[in-house]
Amino acid sequence: MLAKTLTHAVVGLEARPVEVEAHLQRGVPAFAIVGLPDKACQEAKERVRSGIASAELEWPLRRITVNLAPAGLRKEGSGFDLPIALAVLAASRQLPADLLADHAALGELALDGRLRPVPGALACAEAARRAGVARLLCAADSAAEVALAGIEPIPVRHLVEAAAYLRGEQKPEPVEPVPATDRAPYPDLADVRGNERARRALELAASGRHNLLLAGPPGTGKTMLARRLPGLLPRLTLDEALEVTRIHSVAGFLPAGRPLVEFPPFRAPHHSASTAAIVGGGGGRDSAIRPGEASLAHRGVLLLDELAEFNRPALEALRQPLEDGFISVARVAGRALFPARFLLVGTMNLCPCGARGDPAAECSCTPQRISSYAARLSRALLDRFDLVLSVPRARAHELAAAGGEPTSAVATRVAEARGVLRERSPPLAGDAKALLDRAVDRIPLSGRGRARVVRVAASAAALAGSELTAPEHIAEALSYRPPADFGSGA
Amino acid sequence: MSRHSGRASEPGADTWPSLRLGTPEYPSLLAAIHDPPRRLYVRGDHTELLGGPCVAVVGARSCSRYGAHVARSLGRELAAAGVVVVSGLARGVDGETHRGALEATGATIAVLGCGVDRDYPRAHQELARRITAEGLIVSEYEPGVEPAPWRFPARNRIVAGLSLVTVVVEARDRSGALITADFAVEEGRDVFAVPGEITSSLSVGTNALIRQGAAPLLSVDDVLFALGIDRREAPPPSVQGPAAALLAELQVGAADVDSLARRTGLAAPEVAAALVELELAGLATGADGIFRAAVQAEAVGEQEAARDSRIMSRGDGSA
Repeated sequence: MLAKTLTHAVVGLEARPVEVEAHLQRGVPAFAIVGLPDKACQEAKERVRSGIASAELEWPLRRITVNLAPAGLRKEGSGFDLPIALAVLAASRQLPADLLADHAALGELALDGRLRPVPGALACAEAARRAGVARLLCAADSAAEVALAGIEPIPVRHLVEAAAYLRGEQKPEPVEPVPATDRAPYPDLADVRGNERARRALELAASGRHNLLLAGPPGTGKTMLARRLPGLLPRLTLDEALEVTRIHSVAGFLPAGRPLVEFPPFRAPHHSASTAAIVGGGGGRDSAIRPGEASLAHRGVLLLDELAEFNRPALEALRQPLEDGFISVARVAGRALFPARFLLVGTMNLCPCGARGDPAAECSCTPQRISSYAARLSRALLDRFDLVLSVPRARAHELAAAGGEPTSAVATRVAEARGVLRERSPPLAGDAKALLDRAVDRIPLSGRGRARVVRVAASAAALAGSELTAPEHIAEALSYRPPADFGSGA
Repeated sequence: MSRHSGRASEPGADTWPSLRLGTPEYPSLLAAIHDPPRRLYVRGDHTELLGGPCVAVVGARSCSRYGAHVARSLGRELAAAGVVVVSGLARGVDGETHRGALEATGATIAVLGCGVDRDYPRAHQELARRITAEGLIVSEYEPGVEPAPWRFPARNRIVAGLSLVTVVVEARDRSGALITADFAVEEGRDVFAVPGEITSSLSVGTNALIRQGAAPLLSVDDVLFALGIDRREAPPPSVQGPAAALLAELQVGAADVDSLARRTGLAAPEVAAALVELELAGLATGADGIFRAAVQAEAVGEQEAARDSRIMSRGDGSA
């Protein structure tokens, strides 16, 4: 009286195969789940028992042992409910066990037997496809996501439907592919009045993937501008979209009805966020290792509003992904690698009271307070921002100006410039190099600072359609250097 | 350098290089004041800077952007004209003055109110290192003496004492910079004050100095004239095209890139590039996104009589 089903456990972003074995023996009726189940998985007992009862199937009055193999791998979450229920039903001969062997299964049971979607469906489906399984039984709400993996989803709304399908009494419903969205869900640049310099910085940032720091008094539209940056980035390719979807799926952030993340994601964690929330973490006794905001922003934009208010370890932890494009989370429970190649946008005031940079207000901060505020960012982190911009307060007549160019027009130029930069960066013209050397003498500019200027200048040249990086591009790039008194150790 | 950084092998007062009052190396201007320090400890090799001509530039620690900007460009312009710029290494105006001088020739002297080996304030550690290398740090206190509030006014008499001219950039009512100005007046040296907005508390001290008879500083040439120096260099480099148009706008008043773009009809990237050109030429500076024109240089010889009358020079020491 033994039956097996296949399912998957998500570790980091990877799904590992797990065999669910159900064994029924004579004895006092009991139900045990073994094989390192976590709390949510242990509780499957109650959901499976009442789910089977609600489906008007029979709960076998036997001694039931469910083993999740390999026994050494920690099993987390509620996705094991459906495979456990199916294995128990097959072991009690209510379902054909041989047919079940061709399927993988994934889903959480409600007490009334309905199926609920679980995080990480895409990763599980991909692993099932790689394992050579043809079909995957899943919650109807996960079906579109499962279909992305190139495996046939069997959408089930209720345990009854799964049983009917496996007995051959009911054909699976076809899964309609979700049509692509035309417009990115981001606000348009046309709404931004004035702020020509900041708009230009957004365009450069999107073209050359430059991290951007917007500094200025409160209420000058720093956040409003930053929210319009993801709209300038090109739509994700299918491979990129799948990569991003996998992360969002594991984190349980996929919106219902939109299985594929088609546009560069935008994440804006609050400044009270913990280090683990930002770079990923968990992996304690009762929690899985989860991707953080930096990974959720993979191939998109990570906005850290009020950068200086974030706790310093969280900011410093961002240096690894900014350098390498991934985050490695190591815990006693295991290790996970999360991709995190994002465009970082930071906003901050120029001083704690916020009045610095505002001609209409008088800053009341002492020099000590200003320097300790600026020192909240390490020089090393500040060095990762190619573009540093002071956004002064717009004057009234500027706000009355007509709206600017729409996002679509700017995005077209950005796409062209990205094409040019992908081929090769426009090389430095002779007179441009001379200007740069003069500037390095005059303004204290580190080696890294110099490289940063060259990178930004190349983006400016690409946007201008110029073959070479000319002196005017270097000069413009120099205007985005950080103020000398920013960053600790400045 | 290593002898300044290693705390363990700190040389004592006896071994630290110093100048004694009464020896030929001791700066004569300082020796002439009412109570010159008996010993002047020095850090750095450029002791020839004590020979001057020295100009002190002092002001508020919590200065405004305007004050910082004026201090830096004064430091730069004075050093470029061959003057040794003296200040107190404090935050604000003092630090900006030193930085400006370092941007030009590096001829700058920092007078400390603590042991000559101390970098105080800590925030100016790097600045102190650069001054040690290119300029000179001096103090009447032997190595290891802690900074204390009562030592700073004493320090100010050395700042004024070393200098032919003292310029006060920004000072509140009862600012330490006014003490420096008082010392200068007592010793019969010229005092200039940079005029400020009458509504700003940071300008109360400087504007009061002007009312008492200090000369208002309207251009670097005022100071150079008082020293009898003709500007060595040709007038500042001229710029053409968009940069010239922008400079004209900036001379009307400080502005940010967006309003400059709107007023000149140039695109934001062009404005940004032209502003960098102006900055490199030393004709403008930017801070917090707001750009200002450098302190204007008048043609030498213009309105000389008027200038003479502006310079306060009280030789009788009765102030």
